[in-house]
Amino acid sequence: MIKVQREDFDIGAELARLTDGNTKIGGLATFVGLVRDLAEKGEVSAMTLEHYAGMTEKRLAEIEAEARSRWPLEGVLIIHRYGRLEPGDRIVLVATTSSHRQAALESCAFLIDWLKTKAPFWKLEEGAKGTAWVEARESDDQAAEKWKR
Amino acid sequence: MKLLYFAWVRTNIGKAEEELVAPDHVQDVEGLLDWLATLGPHYAAALDRRNVVKVAINHEYVEHNHPVRPDDEIALFPPVTGG
Repeated sequence: MIKVQREDFDIGAELARLTDGNTKIGGLATFVGLVRDLAEKGEVSAMTLEHYAGMTEKRLAEIEAEARSRWPLEGVLIIHRYGRLEPGDRIVLVATTSSHRQAALESCAFLIDWLKTKAPFWKLEEGAKGTAWVEARESDDQAAEKWKR
Repeated sequence: MKLLYFAWVRTNIGKAEEELVAPDHVQDVEGLLDWLATLGPHYAAALDRRNVVKVAINHEYVEHNHPVRPDDEIALFPPVTGG
């Protein structure tokens, strides 16, 4: 399931919804991304996430389908926020469930690595020296590259 | 065609979207970017780092040699930084 939303999410409630009623699930893996206050150019007082509505949902659904084709998963949940966020705020939740832990853990890592390089989101950081668009990192490309096949 | 701009492509050009009719010689993404860069200094600045600009046509990523058509929705944006 894909959710692209401005509002915060309740991790406990979301994970309960993902697992409740399915006793085939033996493992649940999660990743939660948060706004950090240490950017490369000093402190960050806030950031604004922009996205391409329409394309975002399609690309996230495609990434979910790719994960399901690679691992035997019971459930997939991706929640990604947009709008203005402050340090400590939740940005993204990726959760996967499977009968076994390995599929859940690996697919969760795959999803966040691929999401970072494929989903059309952009971060604008606000700091003491004004605003700056976050540059893409080569390390993120390398992290995604290792899942290519 | 409908053009959409995001992140620093948007802030450089100064608008989020517009409808444009490209001249007939614009056949592919590369030709489109060449033509857009002639529309004014804001466009030229936005497209200065040409090989960095990512392109999506009708929500699908495409390479710069991909053909463009009059009814396409074409988005130009920097490498993505979500997650």
